[in-house]
Amino acid sequence: MSLIAIENLSVNYGARTVLNTVSLTVEPGEIVTIVGPNGSGKTSLLRAIIGATEPAAGRITRKPGLRIGYVPQRLHIDPTLPITVERFMRLTDAVDRENCSAALNTAGVPDLPKRQMSQLSGGQFQRVLLARALVNRPEILLLDEPTQGLDQPGSAAFYRRIDGVRRDTGCAVLMISHELHVVMSASDRVICLNGHICCEGTPAVVTSAPEYQALFGTGTGGALALYRHDHDHDHYHHHPQDQKSAR
Amino acid sequence: MIRATLAGIGVAVATAPLGCFVVWRRMAYFGDATAHAAVLGVALSLVLQISIFAGVLAVALLMALTVTFLAGRGYTMDTLLGVLAHSALAFGLVAVSFLSGVRIDLMAYLLGDILAVSRGDLMVIWSGAALVAALIGWRWSPLLTATLNRELAHASGFDPRREQLVLTLSLAITVAVAIKVVGILLIAAMLIIPAAAARNLSRTPETMAFIAALIGGLSAVAGLRAAYILDTPAGPSIVCFAAILFAGFSLTGWHSQRSP
Repeated sequence: MSLIAIENLSVNYGARTVLNTVSLTVEPGEIVTIVGPNGSGKTSLLRAIIGATEPAAGRITRKPGLRIGYVPQRLHIDPTLPITVERFMRLTDAVDRENCSAALNTAGVPDLPKRQMSQLSGGQFQRVLLARALVNRPEILLLDEPTQGLDQPGSAAFYRRIDGVRRDTGCAVLMISHELHVVMSASDRVICLNGHICCEGTPAVVTSAPEYQALFGTGTGGALALYRHDHDHDHYHHHPQDQKSAR
Repeated sequence: MIRATLAGIGVAVATAPLGCFVVWRRMAYFGDATAHAAVLGVALSLVLQISIFAGVLAVALLMALTVTFLAGRGYTMDTLLGVLAHSALAFGLVAVSFLSGVRIDLMAYLLGDILAVSRGDLMVIWSGAALVAALIGWRWSPLLTATLNRELAHASGFDPRREQLVLTLSLAITVAVAIKVVGILLIAAMLIIPAAAARNLSRTPETMAFIAALIGGLSAVAGLRAAYILDTPAGPSIVCFAAILFAGFSLTGWHSQRSP
């Protein structure tokens, strides 16, 4: 049985339709990545899955009793709120010390439990968010652009870790990413979203699909073009050739 | 005097955990607005001859719900609060002026009259405080999650709007019970100052709420004692004491943060 099955989901914000008849499923143990330009409804899709946005139409079915580990895009902790990593790990679930340190270990931050969340570096913070999501042994991890604010080696390491988590725990992963190069190497399936699903499939299938190329350019197969994409987020809608001529 | 002290401690029990959330969620002005609305509540209760507690509770609740409802509909929160708080205050003061012979009474509500707390008042204060403490204790984890991140709360099966309502309700109850003790002008102070003073002494949210309660209770006891000896107004004396504790703790906290 699918962990999550979405049928013909539509989401509106006011009069604007941000998602239009989107259907997708996530099976146990697979890594699915959603890519798409800004405003393509990626975050709305994730919000609908966790129940933060009411769908205008369609249906979202979760496997009964599905354990979800959610890693938010950004988490702002007000400086007036003291909280240790250890306490943060027990935020929503009662967790014993052993599980807590196991999850911190898996996320690659084993020696931080006594630290204040406000004292962590960006990379450590992100890994603690991941650890918290892992602590109730989720069947599926939902990640909303989890590497925002990390540099390139940092985010590459983060995605390798996600892959390791999947290997070790067998949990499925559904994530949103801006970073196309990582998506291509770390995903079983890529869904290209732009209000509706433009195309989907294995990374190789998606990169060669004309819909994908119209959104992200044709050059994404080559390392050089990929490299440029990493530094030109504003130019997502353009053809790489256009970018060159625009400069 | 004993009744007054018990009343002060009762208020500290309610304001400490609630005040922590007010500080964490940057709702300091929200507390002020709800308190200002209490003036209107007092006026209406005097006109309608209902209990002050009921009138203040109703208006404070209405105010808090209106703000929550209107927030994010075109005006920013601080503009909304500014409009509503001061309108409520102004309407309240005008309404009171139509009533003859309550001018002196009103001063008592603005500044509190803890020394006149009756046994019945004490019952109301402690039941209200216990209710607020229980409500926040019961919703502690969802409230904390929703304070940190709304999406995280959703993903964990909590509705952040419901948790916001819990806070709003608690705030209205607290204002209604605290009005007799510290008065309308200083209710927000009892919410914010103990919580802020506890910040530097705490490593977790729970210890912060606990220490805030200690600081609030201590301020009530010491402030009342000082008011008795120096013949100063009781409510302001309590707040002064809390402010001195805040100054002391934030200086030491600043020091320890600078030289780890």
